[in-house]
Amino acid sequence: MTAVESIGTAAIEHRQDGALVIRLAGSWQLRGSRPSLAGLERELDTLPPLGTVAFDTSELTEWDSGLLTAVAMVFESCTRRRLNVDRSGLPEGVRRLLALAEAVPEKTDARTSEMEVPFLNRVGSIYLSAYDSVSEMLAFMGAVTLVFGKFLAGKARYRKSDLLLLVQQAGLEALAIVAIVSFLMGLILAFVGAIQLQAFGATIYVADLVGIAMVRDMGALMTGIIMAGRTGAAYAAQLGSMKVTQEIDALATSGVSPMEFLVLPRVIALVLMMPLLTVYADFVGILGGAVVGLTMLDLSPLTYYQQTVNALSFGALAGGVFKGSVYGALVAVSGCMRGMQSGRSASSVGDAATSAVVTGIVAIIAACGLFSVVFYILGF
Amino acid sequence: MSQNPASVPEVTVRNLTMAYGDFVLQRNLSFQINRGDIFVVMGGSGCGKSTLMRHLIGLNDPVEGEILYGDESFTRAEPERRERMLRGVGVLYQSGALWSSMTLAENVGLVLGEFTDLGPDEIRDVASLKLALVGLKGFEDFYPSEISGGMQKRAGLARAMSLDPKMLFIDEPSAGLDPISSRLLDDLILELRDSLGTTVVVVTHELASIFAIGNNSVFLDAESRTMIAQGPPTELRDHSDNPKVRSFLHRGEHQVMGSENG
Ligand SMILES: Nc1ncnc2c1ncn2[C@@H]1O[C@H](COP(=O)(O)OP(=O)(O)OP(=O)(O)O)[C@@H](O)[C@H]1O
Ligand SMILES: [Mg+2]
Repeated sequence: MTAVESIGTAAIEHRQDGALVIRLAGSWQLRGSRPSLAGLERELDTLPPLGTVAFDTSELTEWDSGLLTAVAMVFESCTRRRLNVDRSGLPEGVRRLLALAEAVPEKTDARTSEMEVPFLNRVGSIYLSAYDSVSEMLAFMGAVTLVFGKFLAGKARYRKSDLLLLVQQAGLEALAIVAIVSFLMGLILAFVGAIQLQAFGATIYVADLVGIAMVRDMGALMTGIIMAGRTGAAYAAQLGSMKVTQEIDALATSGVSPMEFLVLPRVIALVLMMPLLTVYADFVGILGGAVVGLTMLDLSPLTYYQQTVNALSFGALAGGVFKGSVYGALVAVSGCMRGMQSGRSASSVGDAATSAVVTGIVAIIAACGLFSVVFYILGF
Repeated sequence: MSQNPASVPEVTVRNLTMAYGDFVLQRNLSFQINRGDIFVVMGGSGCGKSTLMRHLIGLNDPVEGEILYGDESFTRAEPERRERMLRGVGVLYQSGALWSSMTLAENVGLVLGEFTDLGPDEIRDVASLKLALVGLKGFEDFYPSEISGGMQKRAGLARAMSLDPKMLFIDEPSAGLDPISSRLLDDLILELRDSLGTTVVVVTHELASIFAIGNNSVFLDAESRTMIAQGPPTELRDHSDNPKVRSFLHRGEHQVMGSENG
């Protein structure tokens, strides 16, 4: 459509009556080449206050926003210097479009651009935001607990079908990834253990090692981390994008608490499914260990089985499962919390998902450390 | 920059059928949009106006029929060719569809950076001008979530205009605008046509605006699933023999039908 080469030119001259005439010629288009009007600023400075700037466009051929922008800049410079502008030399269309652009006055209290933040300020604000994030998490957990109380009293409002779908997503659909990771986990534990234990000829204790490690800690921990990356991130993204489209506001103004309607079923789904997934992960992990025991160490299946059963206690299993549901609650809470805190743009939904995973994993590891100490003191 | 040279077809729709799956929205649509037209797409809510717009810009494919840009088939063009054909087209979506993580100036400037040689400062100047044209001067550094719904709509129009497209598709520009802003928008659309020679396709329900700017139109009907009228809106208002069209263009006030002359 546009000419192959579109070139605009500008010349400046002083008229006899003292006015400065800007002579625009050729083709002034966005996609063509146009001179910069930087030199003009200096010329404008030479004019006395209330001097006049006029235009001559008799040799102008084509124009579009390229010209409009340039002329608008000239107008602005002139206004700043209190110069008069004689617009009569401009094409009719340019005059009318610029009049439209001026129809609504500029918003003047717009923001200033961001300032460079000093290093110590940044360190300080990182510390403060970490501190805030702990107290936010506690506050959010408090809110979830209240809603949970309502749920137990049968007064919470949520949709059963949502809950079932969430249970399926957090449970059934996670089986494959949990199986793969725990199987490899058991395999690795057994492998590392076997190399050490072979030195003492005590390879049979590989069964104890894998069984105890998986059941007491690793099963729940790995499942928790998987769920943080899988389900926690999904929760944050779901709630975050509902925030963007104002669906959460719409729920709140319809008198439906988003905490009950959105957060509660998600927390319940994970708290219900995590213990089951933990038991499943324990079992698959032990299988992984057995593969090493049977093939690399030549143990018989029966010995391996009996050794494992003797090493485990009901208390250890119950402890692991309990940890699992706590991790589940932590993952759900951090996912939902970050989603509800999300800003209203596509990238803040991404940030929400990222920080949901980070918060979830940090919370799980912190809880795991705490459990180790408490269980040790209780003599578990 | 010239006033409509007599009937140069910009877009031609031939026997178009639109459907979502098995759900046929409209069939047998045939009309022509000429260069320099302000072409209004009218019809009740849900009759398929936005969908028609999506077909015209290639977001949906026709079940049957064909769309031509100039005298070249758009429907049958290769993807790369289509993309080139759409270079000269600006679109304002019904929901604004601003990129939420960019400021208004960045929203308007993105395509300028992609398709012109302008430097960052120039891009910003052009973006400011476009925003000023829609009455948003001074809002360059705001994010879409920080401005009102009507302002988002106008910012969307500024973005659609950023490359001085030779065709503009606008879905309900004045929804959510006060009468004054709505009027300014009409003036802007007329001015774009008169000064820059832009062809405008506009979906709107706003009667005042339909009569003020539209010089040609098509009326889609949800019940019979086809177009039931086409022509200049004022003519349809005064002379259409279809009661539905007349009623629509008179806001349902039947008693005034046929009693006045344009
Ligand atoms: N992605 C989709 N899948 C299936 N059906 C759709 C889809 N988008 C729209 N529809 C249906 O197509 C019909 C027309 O939708 P469209 O958005 O084109 O209406 P419209 O004429 O623009 O209405 P309005 O004036 O309210 O904007 C509606 O009945 C809608 O249910
Ligand atoms: Mg629509």
